[in-house]
Amino acid sequence: MLEFSQQLINGLSLGAIYALIALGYTMVYGIILLINFAHGDIMMVGAFVGFYSITLLGSNIVAAMIFAMIACAILGVVIEKIAYRPLRNSTRIAALITAIGMSLFLEYATIFLLGPQQKVFPQSAFPLQQYEIMGLLITNKDIFIIVSAVVLMIILQFIIKQTKTGKAMRAVSVDREAAVLMGISVDKTISITFAIGSALAAAAGVMIGVYYNTVNPLMGIIPGLKAFVAAVLGGIGLIPGAMVGGFVLGILETFVSGYGSSLYRDAVAFGVLILILLIKPTGLLGKNTGEKV
Amino acid sequence: MLEVKEIDVYYGAIHALKGLSLKVEQGSIVTLIGANGAGKTTTLKTISGILRPQNGTVTYKGTDITKVLPEKIVGLGISQVPEGRRVFSTMSVLENLEMGAYLRKDKKEVRRDIQSVFGRFPRLGERRKQISGTLSGGEQQMLAIGRALMARPELLLMDEPSMGLAPLLVKEIFEIIKDINSQGTTILLVEQNANMALSIADRAYVLETGEIVLQGPSEQLMKSAEVKKAYLGG
Ligand SMILES: Nc1ncnc2c1ncn2[C@@H]1O[C@H](COP(=O)(O)OP(=O)(O)OP(=O)(O)O)[C@@H](O)[C@H]1O
Ligand SMILES: [Mg+2]
Repeated sequence: MLEFSQQLINGLSLGAIYALIALGYTMVYGIILLINFAHGDIMMVGAFVGFYSITLLGSNIVAAMIFAMIACAILGVVIEKIAYRPLRNSTRIAALITAIGMSLFLEYATIFLLGPQQKVFPQSAFPLQQYEIMGLLITNKDIFIIVSAVVLMIILQFIIKQTKTGKAMRAVSVDREAAVLMGISVDKTISITFAIGSALAAAAGVMIGVYYNTVNPLMGIIPGLKAFVAAVLGGIGLIPGAMVGGFVLGILETFVSGYGSSLYRDAVAFGVLILILLIKPTGLLGKNTGEKV
Repeated sequence: MLEVKEIDVYYGAIHALKGLSLKVEQGSIVTLIGANGAGKTTTLKTISGILRPQNGTVTYKGTDITKVLPEKIVGLGISQVPEGRRVFSTMSVLENLEMGAYLRKDKKEVRRDIQSVFGRFPRLGERRKQISGTLSGGEQQMLAIGRALMARPELLLMDEPSMGLAPLLVKEIFEIIKDINSQGTTILLVEQNANMALSIADRAYVLETGEIVLQGPSEQLMKSAEVKKAYLGG
């Protein structure tokens, strides 16, 4: 039982990270039906911004996360404007290929500018502390990750459900033309969606940096793919789906590597993807109707 | 109040509107009738700015709005109840009405207007929290009308509001249109239900394959042999 609870905590941390990244995938898909393959790389940029805010500016972890979120919000808006907007009325495959190109661009531009080596956080950046609660070992990293992820998700829910901007985002994703007839600017709404999704990815990037103590230019690829699986698992285009999918995948992965073998860890995500596509392509929370959400 | 002058609208190679002109006087109900594919929806979409005419102009209250962005046209006082209702199906009744008031800043007045929509359509009031995709067709049409009214339009464009509704409900919808008009909103009504449309309209235009073939006061068109034969079932 103790072992189980311990694994659950590890799974929650990992799941929180997947969920944050998955949210960006799903929000962007919900509004422009694009799988933004550069999303994991935006997360990587966020991790680097966090890294340099800590090592160069000496900021604390919360400030680093806020810097990373602001920087990536801007990056996401710029990427949408220069790379995706011109293709908005072309085929979906053209946009998808552009997204893959953007992903490679971000990876190799980072390697070009900062070198391919991984960078290690100084120990002083986030001194590890362990707490024992009823026999469970919890680190301050786990607490930081889970608490900040939950706070961000609550803020996101508030924006989406309660604010005018959030309602406009939902309106555009349901029916773009009808939204325009209400006076909603589709361009502005899509920009805001990219800003929010990218900021969440940046937060996840800083968390991953904290979790593994390192950052590197290709660190976005695997978590990006897994978060994509999480988004599909929950139901792509559905915000609660991304959260559920992220946590389910994180917990599943932790249990497989804890009880089985860590060799299978990465296979889990892709096994899940294949299963979900075979059994319920609309995802755990998806309704079995049509393609659009 | 609105003047559409010799507009040509294309979908790729398809010439959907061929030099179409029409006028809507302030305070009136004008109807545009015609068969499937005549170009009625295209006309309304062009007025709302969703489609751009290749030639010709749309003038509203003396200003040329041909090149104004669609999201800005609402702010000028032109709202549309689109064909097929197009409510935001995953959002609640209340949220749909809030979206109708998207550009308005006067929160208090918006809340009052929501109450007056519920006064006009009590069934929407009872279902304010319901997800609009689960409303009946008639309720969705009422929501689409209520949503458009939330912008406080001076000119309301309505695209086949009676489509797919039971006869009793059709009557109700036409009563509502008359009532909206009597409270000062000018109406451009697109209909296939020519009988009903002509009975409430001041003026009518008949559209055939992208061209206006007949126009005049409604009573006059109602008596015209041509209209009787083609649109009034004898
Ligand atoms: N998106 C589009 N792409 C290509 N052709 C279109 C498009 N929309 C409409 N058309 C064509 O333009 C013409 C006019 O269509 P429109 O929808 O305006 O007709 P309508 O009078 O509203 O018909 P209905 O009564 O069936 O709604 C039709 O021939 C139609 O096929
Ligand atoms: Mg039509």
